[in-house]
Amino acid sequence: MTPAAEGVLPADDRGAPASLASPTMIDVVDVSRRYESDQAALDHLSLHVAEGECLALLGPSGSGKSTLLNLIAGLDRPTEGTVTVGGTRVDRLSEAAAARYRRATVGLVFQFFNLLDDLTVTDNVLLPAQIAGKSAGSRRRAQQLLETLGIDRHADAYPGRLSGGERQRVAVARALMNKPPLLLADEPTGALDTASGAEVRKLLIDLHAEGQTIVMVTHDEVLAAAVATRTVRLIDGQVAS
Amino acid sequence: MSAIRTVVRGAQRRRVATIVIVAATAMAVTATVLAGLLLAASSAPFANAFAKQHGAHLTAYFDAAKTTKDQAAATASQAQQAVGPFPVTTVETKLDDGPGRGPTLPPMQVAGRATPGNDAIDKATLLSGHWPRATDEIVIVRTNLRLPAGTALTLTNGSTLKVVGEARSISQTAQGWMTPEGVAALGQTGWQMLYRYADAGSETAMTAHQTALGAGVQTQSWLGVRADAAHRTQLFVPLLSAFGLIGLALAALVIGNVTAGTIASATRRIGVMKALGLTPAQVVRACLAQALIPGLIGAALGIVAGDLLAIPLTADVADLFGTVPMSVTPWVDAAAIVAAVLVIGATAAPAAWRAARLRTVDALAVGRTPQSGRGRLAARLAARSGLPRSLSIGLAQPFTRPARLLVMLLTVALGTAAATFAIGLASSLRLVQAADQKPETSADVLVLPPMDGSDPRVVLDATAGTGSYYGRGPADVTVDGLRQAARGNITVGDARAAGYDMLAGRWYTAPGEAVVTTGFLTATGKHVGDTVTGAGHGPLTLVGEVFDGSANNHLYTDAASLPNQKDQTFEWYVKLTPGTDRTAYLQALESKHLSAEATKAEGADGTLVILDSLTALLTALLVSVAALGILNAVVLDSRDRVHDIGVHKSLGMTPKQTAAMVIASVGIPGLIGGLAGVPAGYLVHHWAVPAMAEGAGIRLPESTIDVYAVGLLAILALAGLFLAAGGALLPAGWAARTRTAVALRTE
Repeated sequence: MTPAAEGVLPADDRGAPASLASPTMIDVVDVSRRYESDQAALDHLSLHVAEGECLALLGPSGSGKSTLLNLIAGLDRPTEGTVTVGGTRVDRLSEAAAARYRRATVGLVFQFFNLLDDLTVTDNVLLPAQIAGKSAGSRRRAQQLLETLGIDRHADAYPGRLSGGERQRVAVARALMNKPPLLLADEPTGALDTASGAEVRKLLIDLHAEGQTIVMVTHDEVLAAAVATRTVRLIDGQVAS
Repeated sequence: MSAIRTVVRGAQRRRVATIVIVAATAMAVTATVLAGLLLAASSAPFANAFAKQHGAHLTAYFDAAKTTKDQAAATASQAQQAVGPFPVTTVETKLDDGPGRGPTLPPMQVAGRATPGNDAIDKATLLSGHWPRATDEIVIVRTNLRLPAGTALTLTNGSTLKVVGEARSISQTAQGWMTPEGVAALGQTGWQMLYRYADAGSETAMTAHQTALGAGVQTQSWLGVRADAAHRTQLFVPLLSAFGLIGLALAALVIGNVTAGTIASATRRIGVMKALGLTPAQVVRACLAQALIPGLIGAALGIVAGDLLAIPLTADVADLFGTVPMSVTPWVDAAAIVAAVLVIGATAAPAAWRAARLRTVDALAVGRTPQSGRGRLAARLAARSGLPRSLSIGLAQPFTRPARLLVMLLTVALGTAAATFAIGLASSLRLVQAADQKPETSADVLVLPPMDGSDPRVVLDATAGTGSYYGRGPADVTVDGLRQAARGNITVGDARAAGYDMLAGRWYTAPGEAVVTTGFLTATGKHVGDTVTGAGHGPLTLVGEVFDGSANNHLYTDAASLPNQKDQTFEWYVKLTPGTDRTAYLQALESKHLSAEATKAEGADGTLVILDSLTALLTALLVSVAALGILNAVVLDSRDRVHDIGVHKSLGMTPKQTAAMVIASVGIPGLIGGLAGVPAGYLVHHWAVPAMAEGAGIRLPESTIDVYAVGLLAILALAGLFLAAGGALLPAGWAARTRTAVALRTE
C-alpha cells in the first residue's frame, strides 16, 4: 500500500495544490477532430486546465474523451483549433518535436497498462528516461518511485506476473519517471478489479494532493468524484456540462 | 468456407505485408528458375547442345582439285546420315580500319550454306543478325573477338565482306558461312561433307570411319571437339553450380520464412475466428490458403521474371560454354513452381497445425504478450549495455522470436557468402588473366626484332633509361614421350623479370635447365627435378613448375639450351629505370631505327567479360533475394510489434529513434550472418576455384586463390550488416511514420 505519510511522489517532485490563482497548464481552444468518414470525434471544443488541477473527463463511449486526451498528449493532431500545454502549441509539433514534448511534459497511463512484457518492472520504469537519454540518477529514481508506489519487491519481475493493480502502479511509476508536469490517464481503473481499482484511486488522490496536475478519462463516476477537482462531461465531441 | 475466407481476406488487407510476401516469393522463385537453369545448363552442356543441333560426328574436307562434287556426295552412303557437299574456301581477312590498316584475323574456313538450321545435320544457331543473302555477306562464328553485324572485313585481294550476323555450330564445322554463290565467287577450294553414324562413341569407330573416306581427306571427329568443349566447360561448371545451389538454398529459406511469418502474423485473427467457432480443421485450411494465395501469385510472377532474365543469363552461359543458349525450359519452370509449393506447404503445414492446436485464449493474446521467457535475457543484457535505449531495445528484439532470428541470420549469411564468393572469384580470374598477359604486363617497353637482323642489345645498352631487358622467342621443343612438340619459349638474358609465379621449384639459371607448365608435367608424366630429352637439344632438367595462365604444354628455357634454335628472332622486353619518360625513350629507340612499343595489358578478354557480367547478375539477384527476405522478416516483426512501437512513441521515442530501433533489430543477425557468411563464401571460393582450374587442367598458385585481404574480409563481414540494414530500411521508415495513436489502437 502507498505510504501516504511519506507521500507518493519523491519530495522533489511535490508541488503546491491548485488554487484559483494557478496559471493555466492546458488551453484547448475551439478544437475539432474529424476522421476520414468526416464524423467529428471532437466538435469545436474548448477547455482550460490549471496547473495542479485534477480534471476528470466523463462521457459515454464515442463522446471524444480519449481523442481529447490524445490531442493533449501530442499523439494526434486536431483538424481545427489549437492545443497549448505549458505554453507549447502541441497541435503544431512535428512527430519528433511531439516525442520530445511528451518526454518532458507528459506522463501517460493507459487502461491496459501498455507495459512491455519482455522488460522487467525496473526496465519498464526506466524506459522514458533512457529514451530521453538521461542516465545519471535514473536507476535511483526508478527505485525510489517503485518504493514510494509500494512495488519495489517486484523490481526484477516481469509485468506478466503482477496483478492488474500492481501493473497499473508500474505504469504510473513509468509515467512519473521523467517528472512530467502533466499526468494523463486513460481509464486508469478500467481494466482493474474493485480492490485494485481502489488502490489506483488512492494513488491518484495522493499524487494530486502532492501537486501533480492530472487529466483523466474515465467512465467511473466514483473515481471522478473521489479524485477530480473538476469534471467535464463530453457528449458527441462537445462539452455537455 | 466463408470463415476461412475471412481469415484469408484479413491477411490480404495488410497491403504492405502482402506486397512484400508476393515480392519476396517472386524474387525467390526467380532465383530458383535461374538456379535451375544454371544447373541444367551446367549438366552436360556439350551433349545437350550437340543433340539440339543434331551435330556432325565427322566433318570431312575434300580438295576440290582432286574430288568432284558427285564423288564427295557419294560418300554419304558410308554413314547413317549425311549432308553436303557444301562448297568451302579459306579466307584471310583483316578488320577494315582504313587503307592498309587494321589487325589481321586468323584464316577462316568458310562454308557455303543456304540456310542456318534447315540441314539435317549441324543445325547452326544464328545468335545475332541474319543469314547471308548476298554474295558479299558473311556470318561468322561467335568468339571472344566479337565482330558485330556491319563490321567490314577486307580480303587480301582488296574486296570486302560484310558481317551480317554471328552463329555457332557446336560441331565447329566452319568459322564462317556465306551463300554457296558467295563461296564460289571467292574461289572455292573444296567440298565439305557432314556425317552422323550409328556407332560414333569410340575413337576406334571414328578412326575406322575416317579411314573409310580414303587417304588425303581432311577430317574432324566430334570426339576431339567434345574433348575441347569439356576442357572449356569444366572450368565453369563448379562456378555455376555453386551459384545455383546458393540460389536454391536462399530461395527455400526466404519462401519458408515468408510462409511461416504469414501464418504467425494471422494467429490473433485466427484466435478470434476460433472463439467464434472455427474448427481446427478449418484453421489448417485457412492457414494453408492464406500462405498459398500470395505464395502462388509471387511464384507466377517469379516464373515470368525468371524466364525474362533467363534470356541474357543463358546467352552468357552459352557464350561461356561455347554452346547455344537454352530456350525457356518448361520443366525448370514447372519444377520451380512445384518446389515453391512444396516449400510453402512444408512450412505452412506445421505452422497451420500449430495455429490449429493453439488455445483460443493464447491465440487472442498474440500481439500483446510475447511467449513467456523468450528474449528476456537478451533484453536485460541490452538494457545494461550502455547503448542508447532505442538501439538496445532493437538489438534485443529478434530474440523474442528465435526461429525468425535464425532464418534472418541464415539469409544474411547466404547473401554475404554469395557476395564473398563472387568477389573472390572475380579477383582470382583477374589474377589468372594477369598471368596469361605476362610478360607484356611486367615490362615497360617491347622492342620488336629488327628487320635487318641486327642485335638490338647494342642500341639498348647505349640508350639512357634502359634498366634491365631480356629477349624471348617461340620455339617448338621436341620431347620424347610427347606426340606433338611442346610450345617452347627461349630466352636470352635474365627472364625472371617476366614475373611468372612458380608453383614448384625455381626459375632456370643456366642452359640445360627448364621450367614447364602443369600441362607439360601432366602430359609427360614428369616431375620437377626430372630430366627430359628430345631431338635437337640435350637433356633438359626441369627445375621448376611455372604458372603462366595456360593449360597447354609450355616450356621455358635459355636459348643456349636449344642449339637448333640459334637463328630464332627475339622480342626484347625492357624495364626502364625509375623516372624514365617512356614516350621519350620510345622516340630515342625510333631515332636509332629500333621498332618498339609501349607494353600494355590487353583489355579483359571476352570470357572474363561474360564471367563478370554473369557473376554480377547472379550476385545482384542473390543479394536482392536476401535483402527482400530481411525486408519481409522485418515487416512481419514490425507489424507484430506495432503496439509496442506505439508504446515507445507514447513514452517519447522520436521517429529517428524508432527507425534506429527497427534497424538495430537486424543488427545482430546482420553481424553474425555476415561473420558466418564470409567464411562460408571463402570456403566455397577455395573449393570452386581450384576445382575450376583442375577441370581446365591447370594448377593455380596460392596467390590466385588467397585473394582475400583481411581488410576486404572485414568489409564483407560488415556488408552483412549493411545488407540487413538495407532490408530493414523500408519498415523502419514505416514504423517511424506510424501515428502513435494509431499504433496504440492496433491489436
